[in-house]
Amino acid sequence: MSNPNILEMRSITKEFPGVKALSNVTLTVKTGEIHAICGENGAGKSTLMKVLSGVYPHGTYTGDIVFEDEVMRFGSIKQSEEAGIVIIHQELALIPELSITENLFLGNEIGRRGVIDWTTAQLRARELLDRVGLTDDPDTQIKNLGVGKQQLVEIAKALHKNVKLLILDEPTAALNETDSQHLLGLIVGLKERGVTSIIISHKLNEIEQIADDITIIRDGRTIETLDVHQGVDENRIIRGMVGRSLESRFPDRTPHIGDVFFEVRDWTVQHPLDSSRLVCKNENFTVRRGEIVGFAGLMGAGRTELAMSIFGRSYGTYLSGQIVKDGREIKLATVRQAIDNGLAYVSEDRKQLGLNLLDSVKRSTVAADLQRISRGGVVDALQEYAVAEEYRLKLRTKVPDVEYGVSKLSGGNQQKVVLSKWMFTDPDLLILDEPTRGIDVGAKFEIYRIIQDLAQQGKGVILISSELPELLGLSDRIYTIFEGAITNELPASQADPETLMRSMTSAKKDALI
Amino acid sequence: MNPLRQLFGGRGANAGQYGMIIALVAIVVVFEFWTGGLTLNPTNVINVFQQYSYILILALGMVMVIIAGHIDLSVGSVAAFVGIIVAQAMAAWHWSWWAAIVLGLVVGALVGAWQGFWVAFVRVPAFIVTLAGQLIFRGANQLIGNSTSVPVPNAYQFIGSGFIHDFGPNTGYSNGTLLLGLVTVAALIWIEARGRARRRKMKAEVIPLWVSIVRTGILVAITLFGTYLFGAGQAGTSVPVVAIIAGVLTIVYGFLTRNTIFGRQVYAVGGNAHAAALSGVDIRRVNFFVMANMSVLAAVAGMVYVGYAGASGPADGTGWELDAIAAVFVGGAAVSGGVGTVAGSIVGALVMALLANGLQLVGADTNVQMMIRGIVLLLAVAFDVYSKTQGRPSLIGNMLKPFQRQKDEAAAVQQPQSIDDQSKVSLP
Repeated sequence: MSNPNILEMRSITKEFPGVKALSNVTLTVKTGEIHAICGENGAGKSTLMKVLSGVYPHGTYTGDIVFEDEVMRFGSIKQSEEAGIVIIHQELALIPELSITENLFLGNEIGRRGVIDWTTAQLRARELLDRVGLTDDPDTQIKNLGVGKQQLVEIAKALHKNVKLLILDEPTAALNETDSQHLLGLIVGLKERGVTSIIISHKLNEIEQIADDITIIRDGRTIETLDVHQGVDENRIIRGMVGRSLESRFPDRTPHIGDVFFEVRDWTVQHPLDSSRLVCKNENFTVRRGEIVGFAGLMGAGRTELAMSIFGRSYGTYLSGQIVKDGREIKLATVRQAIDNGLAYVSEDRKQLGLNLLDSVKRSTVAADLQRISRGGVVDALQEYAVAEEYRLKLRTKVPDVEYGVSKLSGGNQQKVVLSKWMFTDPDLLILDEPTRGIDVGAKFEIYRIIQDLAQQGKGVILISSELPELLGLSDRIYTIFEGAITNELPASQADPETLMRSMTSAKKDALI
Repeated sequence: MNPLRQLFGGRGANAGQYGMIIALVAIVVVFEFWTGGLTLNPTNVINVFQQYSYILILALGMVMVIIAGHIDLSVGSVAAFVGIIVAQAMAAWHWSWWAAIVLGLVVGALVGAWQGFWVAFVRVPAFIVTLAGQLIFRGANQLIGNSTSVPVPNAYQFIGSGFIHDFGPNTGYSNGTLLLGLVTVAALIWIEARGRARRRKMKAEVIPLWVSIVRTGILVAITLFGTYLFGAGQAGTSVPVVAIIAGVLTIVYGFLTRNTIFGRQVYAVGGNAHAAALSGVDIRRVNFFVMANMSVLAAVAGMVYVGYAGASGPADGTGWELDAIAAVFVGGAAVSGGVGTVAGSIVGALVMALLANGLQLVGADTNVQMMIRGIVLLLAVAFDVYSKTQGRPSLIGNMLKPFQRQKDEAAAVQQPQSIDDQSKVSLP
């Protein structure tokens, strides 16, 4: 083929009633490369991919899609898949109750006249799984696989469809470091076998690691395409994404750290369903006033489990351990008790656990402490409005007014609403579980500043994060967790990613300070 | 918020409800012509309220059950069960009518506690618990009543078919009704004025004066028209007691769902139970009370109906659960929970009641009536679902857009973006 480009999207414009989501976007992907698309949330990346894959059919946008030298007019996902374009969404499209084999061939069953040939299907499944490096039995139910392996099943499914152009939307967002690396390696492996990939990711280090070219999209426009081989660093990408250079990724702060006021002793918790498994093993830690304490650990290490079990035993079965606050032991058997004792927990899953997406900003803001704005069980509507308005201004939540539904906000603004909700309870200790997950760079900076302000007010902050730079940049002290046990504790000033990673992956304690 | 939304209680009020108000008006107009003016004849209006007040009362509880994400299939049987106990108490044990009513409420609460226990604490789905309840309490009704009708004394029938006593000079209208109407009008104006004053005092945004005037004006007009209808009936009739019971309950439950912590918690549990639990809401408590409350209201509906019918029979309440559920969904509640309003459900209940009444007036066959009501329910919900998937507030919502403020309009056009769509439009 003379044309070195497998895909050219030319001046794509996509409008929703009243809003231009994409305007004249151009994307050129070379055959056999890994092409990254970067942009803040809401920049239009996903919309562009939906145009490409036929989710938004031909006719609902303007511009041309040229795939393998041919102008394509996809009317549905089915048609784009037949052409060899497969998209793997952030939310995986697998059916938990079905087996790997059944999922692999769903919609593309092997067989004749509607009767499935299971023997051939099994063999083919084995073959596909081998190609993605998955050793599990093809009869395993999807629900028994971790997210990392599910991701691999999705890719195997794409391979079955004879994929030529694979689109991955935030493939590593839910994966831990090891799984991420495996997945990235696999994408590189596919490239060597001639599969072109488009990867959308917020993890700039990963993009730097595997991408050949990077196209940056901002406000529905193509900003530039960078050639990674000519030397591109994260700051360069960020500059393109936000249109300005972020001098420092973390705001400055001079910590004012007080005495220890919160202490957890010998905390031991059982898995809710499997009584032979301990998710927290004899964990001990302390938090001082005005201190940001980081918790590092790989996914599944038990960080969220620890946080939620402390927060009113909302996870697992409590076995033993004490919580001491201000020198007095407190019992937190319910979430209500935890809130009343000055704890707040910002969950890692905003949409499932943090917000009622049917609610307005106003109602979400006051949801955790209705008592404070009520008399005799009756909510004072005006006070409610005043509180919501106060936090909207304080956290600079971008929303036209507080009656606006939270479901329509961007991830960063939703997170600000969740933070408002917990700040309104006036807690002494905030547990923030992955507070910047799925949030774009600009909003992250603002969230960081909010976290630092909270510490500055003398509150204790527990910060759980999968991003080591974030932990190192914000925390005063860091604990590492591995398999439900605390393996290390060190001041942030003495920590570096390598040391942390070592403690996060082995039970052996480096000399405790 | 736009004026109509403010009119119907903000939260959860969706275009489906505006659609239903228009549907309600349409049904009234169509049958008014079809029946040659019988529909809005005072006698008929009074009759509609007496005959179908049970739908109104049940819808009040059912909307909370559905908002919380459950369903109650047992209300008809529970109503019949309580009805027969009340009737027996008066007929066989010679209890006075007021003692029988208290007994009925207590029995309703006990039945509710029973169902609430299974739903909230054992976590059996409400569908199953109340399906079982439907059988259990229907059987209990027939066991107690020996599958026969038990008549109730005249004094008791007052709550079902009575009217408020009249007094004063002969004006050609019922003076009591006129007085009640005027008091209601005064209350409406006072509430609006007080709300404005408070908002101004708190320096909150005050809605434009014309919105206040139009809103209050519409409500006053409806009240006056209702006053006329109830007041101009045959001599000796006035506002039916059942309408007053239903009206008071509507105000109480409207307030409960909109203005109280408990109301908020019901929406929170239905909208996202996990998030509610992590915000300190005791989910079991909410589920228990929502289910228990439904049975108490079913008891009220059953007792009122016995008063209207003059006896408690073995087939009382058959199919009531369907009327109540239909009313709530026609009124804009979501099958998945978290969405719905008392005001909407009342409109839905009136739609179902007037439809049944209108079909009766034109002499439609009972079987055909059932089919038509079924189709109306299906179309109402399908219309709502379709509007949502189209990302529009609905046809009627769009027609009403000129009434909305600019910001709201922006919100409406942004709806095509689904929740999980990352390519969110930047906010103005």
